[in-house]
Amino acid sequence: MLTNRSLHASLGRTAVLHGITTSAAPGRIVAVIGPNGSGKTTLLRAISGDVAYDGRIALDGADLADLKPWELAARRGVLPQAATLAFPFTVAEVVRLGLTSGTQADRSDLIGRALAEVDLTGFSGRYYQELSGGQQARVQLARVRAQVWDPVVAGRPRWLFLDEPVAALDIAHQIGVMRVLRRFADAGGGVVIVLHDLNLAAMVADDVWLIHDGLLLDAGSPARVIGGSALAEAYGCPIVANRLPGPQATFVLPHGLWAAAG
Amino acid sequence: MVALADTPVLAGDRSIRARRVAFGLAGLLLLTSLLSLSHGASGVRLDLVLQSWLAGHDVPARDWLILWEIRLPRMLTGVLVGASLAVGGAVMQGLFRNPLADPGLVGVGAGAGLGAVLAIVLGGQAPAWVAAWLGWNMVPVAAFMGGWLSTMVLYRVSTRAGRTSTATMLLAGIALGALAGAATGILVYVADDRQLRDLTFWGLGSLGGASWPKIAAAGPVMLLALLAAPFLARGLNGLSLGEAAAHHIGLPVQRVKHVAILTVAAATGAAVAVSGGIGFIGIVVPHLLRLATGPDHRYLLVNAALLGATLLLLADLIARSIIAPAELPIGIVTAVIGAPVFLWILLRRRGLVDL
Ligand SMILES: Nc1ncnc2c1ncn2[C@@H]1O[C@H](COP(=O)(O)OP(=O)(O)OP(=O)(O)O)[C@@H](O)[C@H]1O
Ligand SMILES: [Mg+2]
Repeated sequence: MLTNRSLHASLGRTAVLHGITTSAAPGRIVAVIGPNGSGKTTLLRAISGDVAYDGRIALDGADLADLKPWELAARRGVLPQAATLAFPFTVAEVVRLGLTSGTQADRSDLIGRALAEVDLTGFSGRYYQELSGGQQARVQLARVRAQVWDPVVAGRPRWLFLDEPVAALDIAHQIGVMRVLRRFADAGGGVVIVLHDLNLAAMVADDVWLIHDGLLLDAGSPARVIGGSALAEAYGCPIVANRLPGPQATFVLPHGLWAAAG
Repeated sequence: MVALADTPVLAGDRSIRARRVAFGLAGLLLLTSLLSLSHGASGVRLDLVLQSWLAGHDVPARDWLILWEIRLPRMLTGVLVGASLAVGGAVMQGLFRNPLADPGLVGVGAGAGLGAVLAIVLGGQAPAWVAAWLGWNMVPVAAFMGGWLSTMVLYRVSTRAGRTSTATMLLAGIALGALAGAATGILVYVADDRQLRDLTFWGLGSLGGASWPKIAAAGPVMLLALLAAPFLARGLNGLSLGEAAAHHIGLPVQRVKHVAILTVAAATGAAVAVSGGIGFIGIVVPHLLRLATGPDHRYLLVNAALLGATLLLLADLIARSIIAPAELPIGIVTAVIGAPVFLWILLRRRGLVDL
């Protein structure tokens, strides 16, 4: 269980998060949505242990502030919004960088399996810097997956915190990554993922957190949050939600697109 | 079930090649060391001396003296200094996430040199207990402090939010180097005759003054840096993903950075104290190894130590045989070999380095 209690965080002198209380359960996929600059990345960085915060964050019973970097690394993998890499590593070597968290330091078999998962079999010998943007994003995702390969270790769930992992991916690979996350969650792992694509969020998420100006504006099922009225308010743009028959079938369209300009 | 053979090596996994290269380099270093021991102006031959000694004959005292007091310290100094320069360069490049970050290029060597000269010229003014406590070690320790200070200043100036700007780093390095050089010049100007002799004793671009007292003074500092370096390997690997991701994969980022800065300062400071500024080893060796076996610091640091030592011994052999019986400053030899390689790196990486 991941719980945040009245979470406040500042970057430099700017207060960014103004008291967020929420929780995520392992076995479920949480999609974090909200406009640019609303604080999604900052929230993800807070639960990853990257930024100082006021309030309380607990990860499966442990206070986040009490966990050492290597203990954190054994419990959760993080994909930052912008990944960088110095030096000419090969794809295989980048994924290997994720194999540091004690429980799988020696499992180099995971490199090939993590690459296969993001459809990069055969790319292991290529230089990372010589890949396309979307391919690089998938390599980084494979690295994070390798770090927390098994969704549950010794009865304790592991977590994936991903900041816009599919922003650079084509639709087939977006779906492919969502399948990977679904399997991870179904096997008992926890997933918190920042998404801009509301339809993708509606399709894959079990819970949605809608962030606006550093506050949790709404939280709940996709049908409730993405189908709800808070959405248009948060984005400041008319949005209509529709439902197709069947589960997880909410979808949205911008509305009054041309009338608004003027 | 039949026992499966080892999983086949994954394409792009260069760890096995890197380990093979390590063995090759170790052999090469051994050969070069023997070569260094058996060559010298006096013409004493290592093989003949060892032969007659093993056969139970008396070896002339003069031959022993040359081997033991001149060639062995020179060879050991070359190994330590070459390894330190290369490892200092590799660690600094990992810390700055930049293949152009060489202690000699960006003012850390000059800062260390200033420290050494300060200790020699103003060391007499130091309180008696300091002088007594540090003794001969005062020069390398002061060089270490100078290198430490300049590395920290450089890191503060050129790195923001875990990212280093190449342009800022190189320009700040030029400024730091100029400042340290100017201060060094003033100190040399005010130095008296005895201090000038000490300045020459401590080298300035040569292994010619190698001696047991110098090894005893600076060797431990260099050994410390060389022994610390392998423990930085995982940390520097992580830092190449950026500070945030390094933390995500479980590294104590601040600790890694502090130890890396101390290691760079110790390796560079002690090397500069013993032999003055010897350029380009710190940038050429890691670069060649990254080309051959990749940037994984678990192998890069060890291999850099081996190759750095080998190359410096070779440069020293060239320096003392090319115009024998006189000697070229070794810095000239490393510059003639190293500067073109450096330019070549710049050309090849123009796109990636983008200032
Ligand atoms: N380093 C920083 N210093 C000061 N303020 C910052 C810093 N980084 C971000 N901010 C501000 O904090 C707020 C939240 O930023 P954050 O990156 O969390 O937004 P986001 O929801 O992830 O946006 P996006 O959808 O564009 O990724 C923004 O208003 C931003 O301007
Ligand atoms: Mg963001």
